[in-house]
Amino acid sequence: MTGSEIAIALVIGVGFGFFLEQGGMGSARKLAGQFYLTDFAVLKVMFSAILTAMLGLFWLGRLGLVDVGRVFVPETYLWPHLIGGAVFGLGFVMGGLCPGTSCVAASTGRLDGVALMLGMGAGIVVFNEGFARVASFYDSSPLGTVTLGDLAGVSPGLAVLAVVVAALGAFRLAEAIERRRAAR
Amino acid sequence: MTGPSPRQERPYLDPYLAGIGLGLVLLAAFVFVGRGLGASGAFASVVASGASLVAPEHAASIPAYAAYAPEGPRSLFDEWLVWEMIGVFAGGALSAWLAGRFRRTIERGPRVTDRARLALAFGGGAIMGVGAKLARGCTSGQALSGGAVLSVGSWLFIVGAFGAAYLAAPLFRREWT
Repeated sequence: MTGSEIAIALVIGVGFGFFLEQGGMGSARKLAGQFYLTDFAVLKVMFSAILTAMLGLFWLGRLGLVDVGRVFVPETYLWPHLIGGAVFGLGFVMGGLCPGTSCVAASTGRLDGVALMLGMGAGIVVFNEGFARVASFYDSSPLGTVTLGDLAGVSPGLAVLAVVVAALGAFRLAEAIERRRAAR
Repeated sequence: MTGPSPRQERPYLDPYLAGIGLGLVLLAAFVFVGRGLGASGAFASVVASGASLVAPEHAASIPAYAAYAPEGPRSLFDEWLVWEMIGVFAGGALSAWLAGRFRRTIERGPRVTDRARLALAFGGGAIMGVGAKLARGCTSGQALSGGAVLSVGSWLFIVGAFGAAYLAAPLFRREWT
């Protein structure tokens, strides 16, 4: 990597860590609130970030300012994504932090963040050592680079609109549940 | 100018505003680097570098290690995600320091011990390490970044992760209440 590439990576990382901490994402107790329906900050931070980046990229592409085809889209492996996600979710609710937020927790003095980071390393070692046993599953059900729009057979613009509507609905629901909890 | 004293803890930013800030950072990564944010990939790189340092022949024989560190430990600092995560540490610490939120503590509910909380954090991390490897990414690389470019796999990851977390949540309620 060149010096300027490293500088860009560092600046983007600082912004990432800064806004995670600003949103309270370095606090395991706050994140846990998402799973006990007492604090919806995780949903609000995550989906407003997704909407912002998605809409920004969509319109920059539409205006011809950015070549959207150059942006990396993760390939889909149907079952590994779903099952890997479920395994991840179990660890998430048990540990109270995710890999990125554990680093923010650790960098703000939380020792549970450090413990979670060490656990992540151990889990990756376990996975790699046992890789031969899961290799066929790991590469199973490949669908290639496929987006929600491709899947539904609609234009990218309509897919973006659908995600916006779904996220706004989720925000409304979260606000309603929080209001009801506050009233009790 | 005097900074906020460590005892005056400022409240967190409005979550929607924090999310918009995060989204603009993610957008900058898309536009200027052509890729999204990540976290678990940096952990995988560190593990792979460590493995190729401790047991080079063994690590080279397992594709899951080799994919991350083809040339051994020196390549760690050729990884975009490693630099980005160094930035995350600095950015998190900076934000907490500015807001007077830096605390040397172990976050937990009143009914569990520090030791139990650390064990649960370690165990949860280990399970997430396996899950993130299987799903080729975590909440950063899949949910946030892949989600914003509408990758089907990333949305399957979101469904799987939050579905399982809600199902398992009653098992860990004591950790927080």
